[in-house]
Amino acid sequence: MRVPRDELPAVDAFDLTGSSFSALAQRIAPEVWRGMTAAVPIEHVEGTTIVALVYNGGVVIAGDRRATSGNVISKRDMRKVFEADGWSALGISGAAGPAVDMARIFATELEHYEKVEGAPLSLEGKANKLAQMVRANLPMAMQGLVVVPLFAGYDPRQGVPRIYEFDAAGGRYEEKRFATSGSGGRDARGSLKARYRPDFTFDEAVDAAIESLWDAADEDSATGGPDLVRGIYPLVAVIDAAGYREIAEDRIAGRVETVIAARRVV
Amino acid sequence: MAMPFYVPPEQAMKDRADYARKGISRGKSVVAITYADGVLFVAENPSATLHKVSEIYDRIGFAAVGKYNEFEQLRVAGIRLADVKGWQYAREDVNGRMLANAYAQGLGGAFTEGSKPYEVELLLAEVTEASVELYHILYDGSITDEEGYVAIGGSSEAINTALAEHFTAGSPLEAALGVARDALSSAADRAVEPQRLEVAGLDRTRGRRKFFRLEVADIAGALGEPVTDRGDVPAEVAPGAEPPEPSTQG
Repeated sequence: MRVPRDELPAVDAFDLTGSSFSALAQRIAPEVWRGMTAAVPIEHVEGTTIVALVYNGGVVIAGDRRATSGNVISKRDMRKVFEADGWSALGISGAAGPAVDMARIFATELEHYEKVEGAPLSLEGKANKLAQMVRANLPMAMQGLVVVPLFAGYDPRQGVPRIYEFDAAGGRYEEKRFATSGSGGRDARGSLKARYRPDFTFDEAVDAAIESLWDAADEDSATGGPDLVRGIYPLVAVIDAAGYREIAEDRIAGRVETVIAARRVV
Repeated sequence: MAMPFYVPPEQAMKDRADYARKGISRGKSVVAITYADGVLFVAENPSATLHKVSEIYDRIGFAAVGKYNEFEQLRVAGIRLADVKGWQYAREDVNGRMLANAYAQGLGGAFTEGSKPYEVELLLAEVTEASVELYHILYDGSITDEEGYVAIGGSSEAINTALAEHFTAGSPLEAALGVARDALSSAADRAVEPQRLEVAGLDRTRGRRKFFRLEVADIAGALGEPVTDRGDVPAEVAPGAEPPEPSTQG
């Protein structure tokens, strides 16, 4: 059956990239897909802290809101935690442009797969797909546009929360308890290491995430602390048996006040 | 050397249309019916996994009758078009009219130029804040904009007549589902049980993705009937007796 090519794209039944949105986009819109190639490292936005931790019913993922360009604060209310699909989220660190792009393509990728196949990918499958996207970004990473996501999700089939860390080369590492990424990741990890218990309740996990972000912002100039003047707080999301949701800003504000009160020295 | 026979274009088109209609009339019908919160697709479908109704995009749903492999290909093509457009521009720029046009162009092209027409009939629905757009696309690419309800497939005429009689605009989901089921039953001359129904729809009160699917228990609950498992085999079936209907039909 011959179908005019411009009107209906033929669907090859045994095409291995059949349910992949990124493969499709690469094939039919190569100019939009990777229009960005820089011969020299360009000035870009980076510096972040993302934390994710497993608690007794799910996983919390949180990120600060600051974007920097060199020593300049370029954005104060940046979103770095994104809903990937109803059961997972990713936090991004690295070059802002490609990182936000990756989050958007990854979310489209998961939805595309779910619609074409009639069922969502497994959590492991999602993490592997993200690892492939990070690996595909390696040429850009070599030019300085590194993107390192942190992936957290809940597997509704098995009823378990999971966290996956990545490296710039596409390495994928599952983390059982907590993970951090970004320029303030080391400080946040130290903070979580001292505080973390696997039997954390939801509230304790949210508090620990806020505190670790505070500790990171305290040490790392590229990580933003809570901005009480402008009312900008860390973005905290949770994924549990009920799926993905973001914690309301006023609730975060309340917890932040508590953390600050506990640490006040004068 | 054999000379090709001259076939007048009227005859060629008629032959193709007859061929397509014959293929479509073998399948079971699908009903789209609007209700208070959006639109409901109701299909008689013995299979729990081979769907006739599917999500295309945030506000757009798809239903088809006819040859499964052909409408499956068209369904995937629609998802691809929508996802690529939504990614290149913005999610709100993807609308039902654009997709309906693409389907009409594709089916029309295949009907006049292809070696065989598609043996399918499609329904495309888009739910907006105020209304529901319903596009009915035929095997030859002709397209109509429907109001309120529409049935496609083999016995669509009888079903449309039954729908016209009982349809009420803005009725709750349960009532609309009941009307659609009764219309399907009247055309089939038997009551279609909940476990043989595929019910999905677009609900404008949902979040970004308006598409939903009702499980057998939900369907039975909405129809106020006892729940029986899909694929339940009666205990008294003797070995070697007629097996239950294979799930690939529909």
